[in-house]
This record gives sequence, C-alpha cells and structure tokens, in this order.
Amino acid sequence: MIAHVEPKPHTYSPAGAERKPVLKIENVCKTFQRGAVATEVLKDVSLSIYHSAFVSIIGHSGCGKSTLLNLIAGLTRVTTGAILLEDREVNEPGPDRAVVFQNHSLLPWLTVYDNVRLAVDKVFGRSKSRAERHDWTMEKLDLVQMLHAKDKRPGEISGGMKQRVGIARALAMEPKVLLMDEPFGALDALTRAHLQDSVMSIHARLKNTVIMITHDIDEAVLLSDRIVMMTNGPSARIGEVLPVDLRRPRNRLEMVSDPTYIECREDVMKFLYERHHYVESAA
Amino acid sequence: MTAQSIKLALVNTPVGKLPAGVAATAQAPAERSAVVHKLAPRPQPRFEQLRRVATRVAANVIPPLIVLALALIVWELATSGPKSSLPAPSKIWADSRDLIVDPFFVNGPQDIGLGLRVLTSLQRVAIGFSLAAVAGVLLGCLIGQSQWAMRGLDPIFQVLRTVPPLAWLPISLAAFRDANPSAIFVIFITAIWPVIINTAVGIRNIPQDYRNVAAVLRLNQAEFFYRIMVPSAAPYIFTGLRIGIGLSWLAIVAAEMLTGGVGIGFFIWDAWNSSRLSDIVVALIYIGVIGFVLDRLVAVIGSLATRGTASA
Repeated sequence: MIAHVEPKPHTYSPAGAERKPVLKIENVCKTFQRGAVATEVLKDVSLSIYHSAFVSIIGHSGCGKSTLLNLIAGLTRVTTGAILLEDREVNEPGPDRAVVFQNHSLLPWLTVYDNVRLAVDKVFGRSKSRAERHDWTMEKLDLVQMLHAKDKRPGEISGGMKQRVGIARALAMEPKVLLMDEPFGALDALTRAHLQDSVMSIHARLKNTVIMITHDIDEAVLLSDRIVMMTNGPSARIGEVLPVDLRRPRNRLEMVSDPTYIECREDVMKFLYERHHYVESAA
Repeated sequence: MTAQSIKLALVNTPVGKLPAGVAATAQAPAERSAVVHKLAPRPQPRFEQLRRVATRVAANVIPPLIVLALALIVWELATSGPKSSLPAPSKIWADSRDLIVDPFFVNGPQDIGLGLRVLTSLQRVAIGFSLAAVAGVLLGCLIGQSQWAMRGLDPIFQVLRTVPPLAWLPISLAAFRDANPSAIFVIFITAIWPVIINTAVGIRNIPQDYRNVAAVLRLNQAEFFYRIMVPSAAPYIFTGLRIGIGLSWLAIVAAEMLTGGVGIGFFIWDAWNSSRLSDIVVALIYIGVIGFVLDRLVAVIGSLATRGTASA
C-alpha cells in the first residue's frame, strides 16, 4: 500500500492535478546551538503541499514535528534549506500562515470577540471598513459556533470553546496555509471528537490548506488527505507520506468499519510502533 | 429548594402533589416523558436578606471594635498616673478636640485642620507618585524587554534602590532650591524602584505564547507595548504600584518634617517642638488611616484593571 519513500521531494498531488504547490519545503535542516553543543533536530526535510489539502504530520514526541511547524510559521529560522510559500521564501511570521496553538493562546484580558477582532483589525485594517471588519469577525465566530459567547473572556469558557475561538482567530486572518499545532491535544475525548467534526466541516466549506501536527493516529487518518510520518529524532526526517484515499465528507461512525480507513490506520501504527518505535531520549 | 432553578417534574406525578411553584401542566399521564419547568428563584423575604447582611457586617466590625476598646482601656490605665510622660486617651480628647471633630477648620495660616494638612501632603504624593508610576512602568518595560538595557541599568538600580528616601533630600534641595519640588522628588525616587522592578519581572514573564501571537499578527512595537506588554504585566505592575504608594506615604511624612510647610509631617514636627503630644497622637491616627485607604485604593483599581488577566 505505501511506497517507502526515502527523503526526496514528495510530489503527490490529489487527483493527479498538475498544480503548483502552495507550500514547498526544500531540504530543510534545523540545528539548535546551545553553547558548544549542536543538536540536529531536522535533517533534509522536503515536502510539497497543494492547495486545499489537509496534511497531518505525525511522529513520536521529540521527533521535531513542532519544530517543523514553527519553521513553517516563521517563528524559528531554518539552518539550511528553504521554505517557500507561493514561491516566496518564508523567514518571518505572518498572518498568511496563521497558527492555532496547542494551548489556544487567547489573550485573557480581551473578550472572545476582541481576540478575533484584534486579528481582523491587524490583517484587514486597511482593506476593509469598520463595519466589514465587524461582520467578518462575527462570521468567523459563527463558523466555529461561538457567537453565543462573544462577550465572555477566555477565563469564563471551557477548553474546547477556547480552542474554537483560537481556530476562529486563525481563520479570520484568511491564511494561505492554516497551521495547527496539536490543536486538540489538551482536550478530553468527547470534546476532541466534536472539534474534529467542526474542523472537517469548516475545511469542506472553505477548502483551505491545512497542516496539522498530531500524535493521535485516528485523528490523522480521519482528517487528512495525506499523513506525513516522521522518524525519531535527533536528525528526524520524513519517513513516509501516506495518502488517505477516503471520500469526503467522512463520517466518524462509518469510518470504524471502512476497509481503507482500517488499512491506513494500520500503516501508521506499523510505522510508529514497528519500524520507528519510540526510544527514550537517546541523546 | 430555593437554590434550584430547574426542577424536573415527572408528568404522572399527581397534580396536587407538585411542589409549590411548579406550573401544573401535566395533561397526559400515560406518557412517560419528563417535562422541564423553569423555576424563578423564590424571592427572599426582605428581612432575611437584611439579617444576613447585618450578620456579615457585624462579624467583620465587632471584633476590631472590641480590640480597639480593650487597647484604649489598657492605654488609659497605663498612662493615667500623674507622672506619665505620654497622654492618656481622655487627655488627648480634652487637648485636641478641635483637631478630632473638625478636620477642615481654618483659623490662620498655620492653624488649620488636619484634613487640610493631609490634603496638602496627598497632593505632593499624587504628583510624585504619578511621575514615578509613568517613569517606572516605562523603565521597567525597557529593562524587562531588552537584555542589554537590563545588563546596563539593573546593577545601578539595585544599588540606588537601597538608598533611604531621606538621604535624597539634601541633594534634591540643592538641585531644586525649594522645599515643595524637593519633597515631590523624594516621593518620586522612593516609589519608582518597586514599580520598575515589578514591571520588569512582569514583562519577563510574558508567556511565549503571547509573543508568538504578536509575531504571527505582526504587531509593531507600539501595538505590542499596549496590546500585549502592559495588559500581560498588569498584575505585576499593580503589585509594584501598591508597594510604591505605601513607601511614598512613609517618605512624605519624613520629608515634610524636614522641609516644613503645611503638610502633616511638618505638623508633627511642629507639635513636638511645642510639646503638644496629644496633637501628635491624633496626627498619627490620621496618617495611619490615610495610608490604609491609599493602599486599598490602589488594590481596588488594580483588581478592576486586571480583571481576567490572571486567569487564562
């Protein structure tokens, strides 16, 4: 089922379309220098991501998947190699690569509305009128079903709700690529399932390009068009890229017995637990 | 019962046995479904509420009153002898009744009520403390944000902040050649250190998440300052301000003793020189109460301004 791919550019594109990738990661290495000790976290990572694709990056903890996301976000700089967003090199953070942070990172002194509005004002301050920005904010809050709590502060709403607002804030920036760093990691299973469904329906409506970091196999298979599996660090690289050929919309209950789903799940499991099982910090 | 706002009433409950306040809408006894009735909380009898408030107030007010009364009795007994060097409460009342009952009388340029003197002192504190708050927050942001500013300024601040307030007075008198600005400067230099240090700690403790959000949104320096830095560090800033106002009030009394004028500090010095011990005791009580009120004021403003900031 999976072609074992050595670290070379992965050029899978859905439906074989000859399209240009939105995001290209080319031979990226990342080394962290701490005093005299240099740790190579990522080694020669190359990946192309096409428009409206939902790509998950999965791997054991410490494999550098969050580092990879931070590199794409521009929060850290690559050591060698390049990341190109629509053929322009990425070297600083920006709203075209909005991030949904693991711990929501809402500003606790602003209301839900103001948290989203801050992003809207910053990104569309020149191009939209005040009324348009208000409508835009309300629309995004409605999209994540958080309109009812728009005047609450983050301290007054539940973890799942905070993450919804975090998603609304990221979507409000109208990013070219939406980055999600283990967005549901801190949530309980029921809330997580609920949010995954929301993310799927939003993705179906907006057709946005999404890169999601996760360590949850079911989540990866359920949501993704492709699953990027990383080998263990240090010097982690992309082990395999697994296409998930499941028709959308996907239904959580139907998936449980879907042969393709089961097969994909098994492939990821085998990769993670047979060939690249977790080694407790060998460094 | 009153605490519950929602009550589930099974439909086949006999209507007559429904709890008071539940609308009797049961029609189909055969259906085994549940009907949800929303109950308005039953209005409490007014006297009950009053009684509760009164109990709470009494619980907080009566103990300190008892202790105060006991202290006054002990004081009265200890100082009532003919050879006593300090005045007893009864003597203070007899000597300084005008000061106690009317804080705002004016009988001449140096014979005015303590309330007016306190206002003069407060005015100095207000100016000095406001300057210290603004300068302290800005400097604190600077050394909290910049590693180099921190390395350059922090050692100097650490040395300067240990200098006692009054040690600054001669220098400032020499510089300003006037008592009033000198006293204000002493307040400023006393209050600024805790504000700087606490602000800097607050800035250094801004979570990386907020910095990442600011980076993704591409906030510029000014936006980052008032959108992220100040609100995020606000609890720390207010801790610094609260310590600062306390120190200011300590320093103003000492400074005024030396600079003269109409402040409460000079009043004490003046009363000492003319052996009016009773007046001094009254002034001390004034100073204590005002200091307490100032501290509470900053605390209340702080808790209003940082509403929601502490919890995330």
